[in-house]
Amino acid sequence: MLRVCLKGANSAARKCLCGNGVPLHPLQQCRSYTSGGSGSSAGKIVAASVLTMGGGVGGTILYANWDPKFRANVEKSIPYSDQVFGLALGPAAPPPVINKPRKVEPVQISSMSEVWKDSKQPKAKEVQRKAEQPDAEGPPAPAPQETLEGEACVFVAMILSAEQNVLSVFCIPLAAAKCTECEHEPAVKERPEGEVAARLAEQDKAEQDLLTSLSSNLEDALGSTAKVTLQAIGAQEAALQAIAQHTRQLREAMEAEAPPDKKSTQWRVLEDALSERSRSVDEAGAAVLKAKAELDKLRGVIDGAKHLKIAAARPSILAAEENLHSMVVDLDSVVTRVQTAQSEAKIVSQYSELVNEAKAQFQKELNSITPEIQANWKGLTGKLTQDDLNSLIAHAHRRIDQLNRELAEQRVREQIHIDSALEQQKLEDKKALEVAISTALEHNREQMRLEQEKKVEETREVMEAEMRTQLRRQAAAHTDHLRDVLKVQEQELRSEAEEILNSSLMEKETEYRRLTQDQLDSFTLDMNAAYARLKGMEEAIDSHVIAEEEARKAHQLWLSVEALNYTLKTAALNDPTEPLEGAVQAIKESCAEDEFAQALATALPSESLSRGVYSEASLRARFYTIRQLARRVALIDETRNSLYQYFLSYLQAMLLFEKAQEAPPAKLSAEDLDTFKLLSYAAYSLEHGDLELAAKLVNQLKGESRRVAQDWLKEARLTLETKQVVSLLSAYANAVGLGTTMAP
Amino acid sequence: MSEKELGKKLDRCLADSAVKLGAGLGLGIVFSVVFFKRHTWPVAFGLGMGLGMAYTNCQNDLRAPYLIQRNIKMAS
Repeated sequence: MLRVCLKGANSAARKCLCGNGVPLHPLQQCRSYTSGGSGSSAGKIVAASVLTMGGGVGGTILYANWDPKFRANVEKSIPYSDQVFGLALGPAAPPPVINKPRKVEPVQISSMSEVWKDSKQPKAKEVQRKAEQPDAEGPPAPAPQETLEGEACVFVAMILSAEQNVLSVFCIPLAAAKCTECEHEPAVKERPEGEVAARLAEQDKAEQDLLTSLSSNLEDALGSTAKVTLQAIGAQEAALQAIAQHTRQLREAMEAEAPPDKKSTQWRVLEDALSERSRSVDEAGAAVLKAKAELDKLRGVIDGAKHLKIAAARPSILAAEENLHSMVVDLDSVVTRVQTAQSEAKIVSQYSELVNEAKAQFQKELNSITPEIQANWKGLTGKLTQDDLNSLIAHAHRRIDQLNRELAEQRVREQIHIDSALEQQKLEDKKALEVAISTALEHNREQMRLEQEKKVEETREVMEAEMRTQLRRQAAAHTDHLRDVLKVQEQELRSEAEEILNSSLMEKETEYRRLTQDQLDSFTLDMNAAYARLKGMEEAIDSHVIAEEEARKAHQLWLSVEALNYTLKTAALNDPTEPLEGAVQAIKESCAEDEFAQALATALPSESLSRGVYSEASLRARFYTIRQLARRVALIDETRNSLYQYFLSYLQAMLLFEKAQEAPPAKLSAEDLDTFKLLSYAAYSLEHGDLELAAKLVNQLKGESRRVAQDWLKEARLTLETKQVVSLLSAYANAVGLGTTMAP
Repeated sequence: MSEKELGKKLDRCLADSAVKLGAGLGLGIVFSVVFFKRHTWPVAFGLGMGLGMAYTNCQNDLRAPYLIQRNIKMAS
């Protein structure tokens, strides 16, 4: 590389020396050459830059991993960064959804009709299905339950359909929103409307299935509990009946004084009735237990159904609860009735027991009195004797007295007994009251709850109906609103479009105007430019004219100077030139306003003007004679100028040999001032064309030699002067000519 | 032509010397014949006088530029 540079430099230098045409490119190549010592620092720089780059990229990726906004920004700004990020970090999480209600509306418009259409279908299906259901459930459920269930089912169907409408209406915006979301988010799986509807239908179907299962469960439970409860109630009624019968019979048995065989039959019947009663009571108890169990189960089912929280099942649940409540109430009432009957029966039995006891007592007494008489009442009549009768009557009187006494005692103790009984009764009443109150409260509470729930349900229905109407109204209002909005939008859009049109028109107009103006301006500019150029050209032409004039003048000058030069050349060998006067005159004429030329022209010596000057050649030729002569008279000067000296100098000239031509030194020393040396120097300089130097050297001659060379010197001086002036003039003319040829 | 001057001077010198010599010779001869019984010494004397005069003239002529004249400048 260095050698190439050197070579280039050499060639350039050579070329420069030869001519100034080659540009210095090889040298410039050398200039940018850097030495090899900076290699290690370049490596360091490279390494540092690679590290910095890597650090920057890594930091960017880390921060993008932490901040998704930054990542989004970077992905937006730098073209392929999202691919890099995808490689490094995985796909970006979709940004949170912003629900745009404005955008949702137009979608809703299109889908609303579809929604209604869609909803109508399932509604029809629902009704159909619900209509089918009662038929399916008819046989197993008891009749009242059936109607209840049917009603509930229809109700349920209506509610379901209404709710489905509502749901669908509510869901479609969600679906629409979801769709808009989908439009925004390609990452989330797009759910078309049909799919949404299908999903909704599925959901509804599931709900309905659940509902049907629930209702069937409820119905089953209700049915079973009802059955059991009815059974229980029936049993209780039977028990009641039995008890009542028993008591009645007992009372009859107590009070009626029937013949003994009737009594026995009566007693047997009584026993049967008692057994019947006990059995039926047991049965009733068992049935009640079973019913209670069933009720609990039903309650559990109802609670379970409640827990499912299906709105549509609520009325059925309510109905079931009502049923339950009524069943419970009935059961309780029946039970209470049974209990009262039982208590009555107990009273009666107690009474009967007492009576029996009294009778037994009496019988015992009677037996004690009359042991023969049997306890059997049947053998009582006709078999008693007078004594027996008297004793019996006495006993009876005694008994009566005793009884009277007891009665009096009893009467006395009546109050106390009554009080205590009252108190007891009060207590019992309280207890019973409490129990009754609690049960009544419970029942009431239950009733109220049921009523409340029913009311709630009613209100809900009402609300739902209202809501439906409101929704319908809202839908109508919505459509109206939409119409209005559409109208307004149309207006807006129209105005916008008009505005845009106007603005674009104006823009175009302004554009057109601008363009025309631009055209005009450009045309004006062009015209101006052309005019300016024309002016410039004119000026240029004028200046050219002037320059031409100048050039012409210069040319003239030059020509005249050339003429002068030529006249200078016209010198014959020994004759002077033509007199330069004419040429000088011509010069003077040609450069009338040029002071320099004038000065120069006047600076010419008059002899040259009048007589002309000798040429250098003639002078040179003449010099040799001068030399010869000067050599011969070299010794002659002011002091030595006798004839004898002349003879001596001639002798010297003959005998002295010097170099014909000797190069004169730069400085003349004292010994160089010898005539012969001077003459040889002058000859040398003359031979080499240096007239001036020759004249100078000849000027150093002294004495006679000088006198001899005087004329020659003069002539030489003249020639030199003239030549100088002429050269000046020609140089000046050349300069002027060059100046004029170089355009201004 | 200043270089011709010497030649001219020398020409004059020669011419003058010739004349003077001739004249001296003539006069010498005359005198020798006339006055001095054809001795040669007047011829020689005349020649000598002629030569001397020519020499002096020549010398003067050649010296003339170097003579400082009172009112006349050194002319070329």
